[in-house]
Amino acid sequence: MPDEKQIVDDLHPSPVIAPGYTFGRVTDQIAAVVLTRRTPVFWLACFASGFALLLLFLWSLVLLLAKGVGIWGIKIPVGWGFAITNFVWWIGIGHAGTLISAILLLLNQSWRNSINRFAEAMTLFAVACAGMFPLLHMGRPWLFYWMFPYPNSMGVQPQFRSPLVWDVFAVSTYATVSLLFWFVGLIPDLATLRDRTNNRLARGVYGILAMGWRGSAKHWSNHEMASLLLAGLATPLVLSVHTVVSFDFTIAIVPGWHSTFFPPYFVAGAIYSGFAMVLVLAIPLRKVYGLEGLITDRHLENSAKVMLATGLIVGYAYMLETFTAWFSGNVYENAAIWHRMTGPYASVYWFLITCNIVAPQALWFKKVRSTPTLLFIASLVVLTGMWLERYVIIVSSLAQDFLVSSWRVFHPTRWDWATYVGTIGLFTFLFFLFIRLLPMISIFEVRTLLPQAKIEEESQG
Amino acid sequence: MKPPIYGVMAEFDNPNSLVNAAREARSRGYRKMDAYTPFPIEALSEALHLPKSKLPLIVLIGGILGGLTGYLLQYYITVIYFPINIGGRPLHSWPMYIVITFELTVLFAALSAVFGLLALCGLPMPYHPAFNVPRFALASRNRFFLCIEATDPLFDRKATEAFLDSLDAREVCEVAH
Repeated sequence: MPDEKQIVDDLHPSPVIAPGYTFGRVTDQIAAVVLTRRTPVFWLACFASGFALLLLFLWSLVLLLAKGVGIWGIKIPVGWGFAITNFVWWIGIGHAGTLISAILLLLNQSWRNSINRFAEAMTLFAVACAGMFPLLHMGRPWLFYWMFPYPNSMGVQPQFRSPLVWDVFAVSTYATVSLLFWFVGLIPDLATLRDRTNNRLARGVYGILAMGWRGSAKHWSNHEMASLLLAGLATPLVLSVHTVVSFDFTIAIVPGWHSTFFPPYFVAGAIYSGFAMVLVLAIPLRKVYGLEGLITDRHLENSAKVMLATGLIVGYAYMLETFTAWFSGNVYENAAIWHRMTGPYASVYWFLITCNIVAPQALWFKKVRSTPTLLFIASLVVLTGMWLERYVIIVSSLAQDFLVSSWRVFHPTRWDWATYVGTIGLFTFLFFLFIRLLPMISIFEVRTLLPQAKIEEESQG
Repeated sequence: MKPPIYGVMAEFDNPNSLVNAAREARSRGYRKMDAYTPFPIEALSEALHLPKSKLPLIVLIGGILGGLTGYLLQYYITVIYFPINIGGRPLHSWPMYIVITFELTVLFAALSAVFGLLALCGLPMPYHPAFNVPRFALASRNRFFLCIEATDPLFDRKATEAFLDSLDAREVCEVAH
């Protein structure tokens, strides 16, 4: 006879999925968001504002193509300005999606099952927004294929020793693998939608996308294996992507960039801002669609804890950055940090320190972690802080480099802002399209979380 | 000769009954059967004695090919096709090749995982007889199905149906081609 289990503290008082759910109810509740004919006002409002900003993006794009990158505030020595800031910020946001879908899968954290789908969608759209910037920053975006090695009549080839070429490979691989991973996870749910919808057109479209998936045991065993393998591939990939992005800086000799701790510092910052974006999206969505039983307070709290942990790593990186500059004894490194703290960008620097280091300390308190409104505000603060961090690293280092005679302060123009805000519109537009057309929570993975899904082992002998 | 029907299908309302039924059918000697469920059930693969997935091998081969492609591409371009002498540094600068080699390894491995998955599952499949059962639409919602196919040597329309009926199934029906 087994002894009665000793319980000192109930460690998980709040369940991952609220009690009372059945396979049918889970399926219907998640599929209903897509299959219903009624569209909530919240969705229409968000979609419309996303679309308006997308138009702003297209407007600035047309102007950019007609006039060139001179419409932005970039001037030598600050050649990177907003475009690269936005690129690094967006791609960092994408990282949380892969972290949730791949790393937490490998670590067997089943609570991820109800947030991984929309987090992966967030990754895809964030990478799409990120990809815009290096492309537009090239000046002649229609010649982007020059970055890939292919036999050409010019007789030249990319420089494979440059981190900028590594970046092309890293980001395009990341976008492809994220899309594949997302689609593989969607196949069984597309089959569910195909079987549930009453609309002939929808059945046709979901049917074609589901490719004849019928949930056979053979399908599932291969599907499980594919998810595991893709997770195993995506894990080192996601860490490599921001590492390569940080190489764009560290391989250069610009003071304030040339440092070995950039890769872990960038990856931590990426996950930090990514989880903030997950919370910014999850908190209003679960409220509007009544999904509090599936995206529970525990999901929010766990995400807040990841934010706190990565926020502390980022805080440590700021200290280390300052310490290394001082300890190096290098006059240029010293000056770079000193200019950051007291120079023309001092207000931005201290604002970013407030956002990224001081504000997240609130997450130590359980009260803050379990109040969605406060978490939402904290996440917005972190997103702002991380954008400012990218801005300060890029712009302040470039503006004041080695020669005083070449110093020049960067001022963003209204088209800098329009392009940046425009990609937020692109992101919102794509994300709300996804919410309306595809299940935002992985239905089959949530089914596996229900207690009914447990197989009782028959007693042997 | 093609059998007159595809097989006989039983519907269960919980995963336990399905796994028990699959074990029972297997011990009766049925081999040509498949189970359909709304989510992956590990015990089911055991009960049906499914072979181990070949996907890891496919992915390994894809990854190795990707790695070789990445490395050889860079070697060929920087050493043979388009050599640039920068201060006499070696043309074969392998540490600088690592990033792209790694990225292409992951890219090829991921592509082979997805296309391998589709190939092993036989997807896309525009038509399958299982969908002829009207209630089969519930296999993607909350019901669990076991189908014994007519190609099984032990298959017998009456006897197999009676056997499935005895297994705590909600409903048993024939599957047309």
